[in-house]
Amino acid sequence: MIAEGGLAALWLAAALSLLQLFLGAAALRPGGEGLLRLVRPVAVAQGLLAGLAFLMLIWLFLRTDLSVRLVAANSHSMKPWLYKFAGAWGNHEGSMLLWVTVLAVAGGFVALLERRLPQKTLIATLAAQATIGLGFYAFLLFASNPFTCRFPVPAEGNGLNPLLQDPGLAFHPPTLYFGYVGISVAFSFAVGALITRDVGPAFARAMRPWVLGAWIFLTLGITAGSYWAYYELGWGGWWFWDPVENASLMPWLAATALLHSVTVLATRDGLRAWTIMLAVVAFSMSMIGTFLVRSGILTSVHAFAVDPRRGAFILVLLLLYIGGALALYGLRVGTVKEGSKFDFLSREGALVANNLLITVILGVVFVGTIYPLITEALGTKISVGPPYFNAAAGPVALILVAIMGAGPMLRWRRDDLAKLAGRIALPVLLGAAVLLGLVLLAPGVGILPLLGLTVALAIGAASVAPLWGRKLRRTPLFTWGMVIAHLGIAVALAGMASESAFTKETLVAARPGQAARVGPYTVRFDGVDPIAGPNWTAIEATLTAWRGENGGRFEMRPQARMFSSPPTPTSEAAIRTMLDGQLYIAIGEEDEQGRWQLRLWWKPFVTLIWLGGALVAFGGLLSLVGRLRRERKTRPNVEAEPREALA
Amino acid sequence: MKPKNQRLVLIVLALAAVGGAVILAMSAMRDQAAFFYAPADVARRGLPTGDRAVRIGGMVKQGSLRRHPDGVTIDFLVGDETAHTIPVRYTGITPDLFRENSGVVAEGRFQQNGRFVASEILAKHDENYMPPEAAGERHKSETLR
Repeated sequence: MIAEGGLAALWLAAALSLLQLFLGAAALRPGGEGLLRLVRPVAVAQGLLAGLAFLMLIWLFLRTDLSVRLVAANSHSMKPWLYKFAGAWGNHEGSMLLWVTVLAVAGGFVALLERRLPQKTLIATLAAQATIGLGFYAFLLFASNPFTCRFPVPAEGNGLNPLLQDPGLAFHPPTLYFGYVGISVAFSFAVGALITRDVGPAFARAMRPWVLGAWIFLTLGITAGSYWAYYELGWGGWWFWDPVENASLMPWLAATALLHSVTVLATRDGLRAWTIMLAVVAFSMSMIGTFLVRSGILTSVHAFAVDPRRGAFILVLLLLYIGGALALYGLRVGTVKEGSKFDFLSREGALVANNLLITVILGVVFVGTIYPLITEALGTKISVGPPYFNAAAGPVALILVAIMGAGPMLRWRRDDLAKLAGRIALPVLLGAAVLLGLVLLAPGVGILPLLGLTVALAIGAASVAPLWGRKLRRTPLFTWGMVIAHLGIAVALAGMASESAFTKETLVAARPGQAARVGPYTVRFDGVDPIAGPNWTAIEATLTAWRGENGGRFEMRPQARMFSSPPTPTSEAAIRTMLDGQLYIAIGEEDEQGRWQLRLWWKPFVTLIWLGGALVAFGGLLSLVGRLRRERKTRPNVEAEPREALA
Repeated sequence: MKPKNQRLVLIVLALAAVGGAVILAMSAMRDQAAFFYAPADVARRGLPTGDRAVRIGGMVKQGSLRRHPDGVTIDFLVGDETAHTIPVRYTGITPDLFRENSGVVAEGRFQQNGRFVASEILAKHDENYMPPEAAGERHKSETLR
């Protein structure tokens, strides 16, 4: 009965989104003003119904109701409850339902909370939102219904892919979906503004919190996904340039560019057409991300669908949405009025440079991700891997980060080169000193990591510069946000460069009692024991490690696990975090002579990568809170954005 | 600068950025993209020219897996539907689901004598997962027959 209820709620929500689209379109016609106030309640109801359908699915999973095909195929009564709960979106149908639920609920919030936009623009926004939702409702109901029942009811479910049985799963997909959907809301705002020819600072201020929120979630999702790959796959790598990773990186890059240009539009009324274009690009990227991950084109832990019909369905949706967005942009961009102008040596100029460089990186990642798919369709297989991405995107990223350090020290409108030189002298000197020191003390470091460390330290210093000479207590929260986010980039860059420059790796086959060295550590292999968990058994190795000659000893216990349903081996690395890095140990197989394969890594400062990611997201959060508080204060007079407002 | 000109300059810059990205991507692609070889391709096209990283893929041949005395190096043969095979050597811990008679994709370089020295064996995520290239191979051969 619950399954039928869920399906009914889903159909009703789909019908309401159709109604929302038609009401919106009718209300925007001359003489349709009477319908304007009907659209908001419909959007709210649609959000409630989609949320209800999703709650029903979670309920089915928590009860392990095996009469539902999806539950039987992806769950198991013996699973810990957290994975029953998270298992609701650990599969194709459930994750698409989550997608559409987040979209509908976000639409409901826009309808409830947005009061700054002119009503017509808001209605156009909600209509655009309904259009996006409709495609996904159709996809769910016709090609991937999560509530299909099966008969006869099986005695037990198939269980969940053990790699997904990790606390990270509970949060990773929703986090990324909040990001994707936030971007689609921002895009709907852009469409609304294009339709009512109302592109200006008021529109930018309404859109900005959504962009910022989406960007925070994408940052968190990417950071968490990277850490998951690092500790769960047992490979010691934190970024593989896997198409699935790129699928989340591309929307992030576009959202980063959009975030900066929307700030110019909101505070300076510049970059109007460009901001709309970026909203279109960011939306296209999040659609392509969904398409890549969900169509089954890529086979990976993310690709639940291998049904070619579904892939074709999403591809058609993708073409319709992106094509429609670009067509609308092409038709209406001529009506977007010129914004106010600025010198190239100015804050706006630096933000334009930021946008252009991000566009270049986005292009590089896009080509590297899509090109192999196209050539494969045409019959030639090529594999594009880390060497390509690092060589093509790395240098551009370094320039981008360097500009990021200088940008906040520039004034709006126009600035003076000599004065700028004085302001950036200290960070540049610091960077030069670091470069010199590294070349002298640590020869043999690759050119990219070397420059990475240099730039990281220089901009680490430069990023806090906007706080110099200010009263810290009176500095606006969003300025703090910018400083912390930029500092986070520097911290993450330092971690990446340090990891690739200084990692030490040892691979041994050891008998109990033998010891091996990795970096400053000695690791002794003490032996293995069989152990058992709730739904797995494992071989657990015990190792004793110490630093230098006689540092404090500690134990590490990597496991080779075997999950029972479905029967799958996984490797659980043992990781010990120190202040200056991580010791990482994975266990392999036993050979005929009773030796065990051990892979030991010493990764100096690798944790900075994710700490940096978390700082970036935290900076975004401060900025969001700061903006919202400032806007509440200034609401009576929305036109007067304070002059000294910063990104 | 007049506003109209400024917009023009911005458009030109944006186009230049996108064009630059594509040129950068294409040139890096020519140097760095690893081409994919199935065992039959090696027989047909010969070894890749130059010292370039490539990927190979197919099935690990039953009975071909041999371990070296150092405990961490293995040799095995990768085969496909044809009779051709590629000898592969790899030093490291193999992915969880690496075993005989199962799909594999390896990245590395060919030696002059035709042996493939793998720097990386790509992980398979679960028992249903097939590396895209290997899945494609199988799919193609299935549809052709």
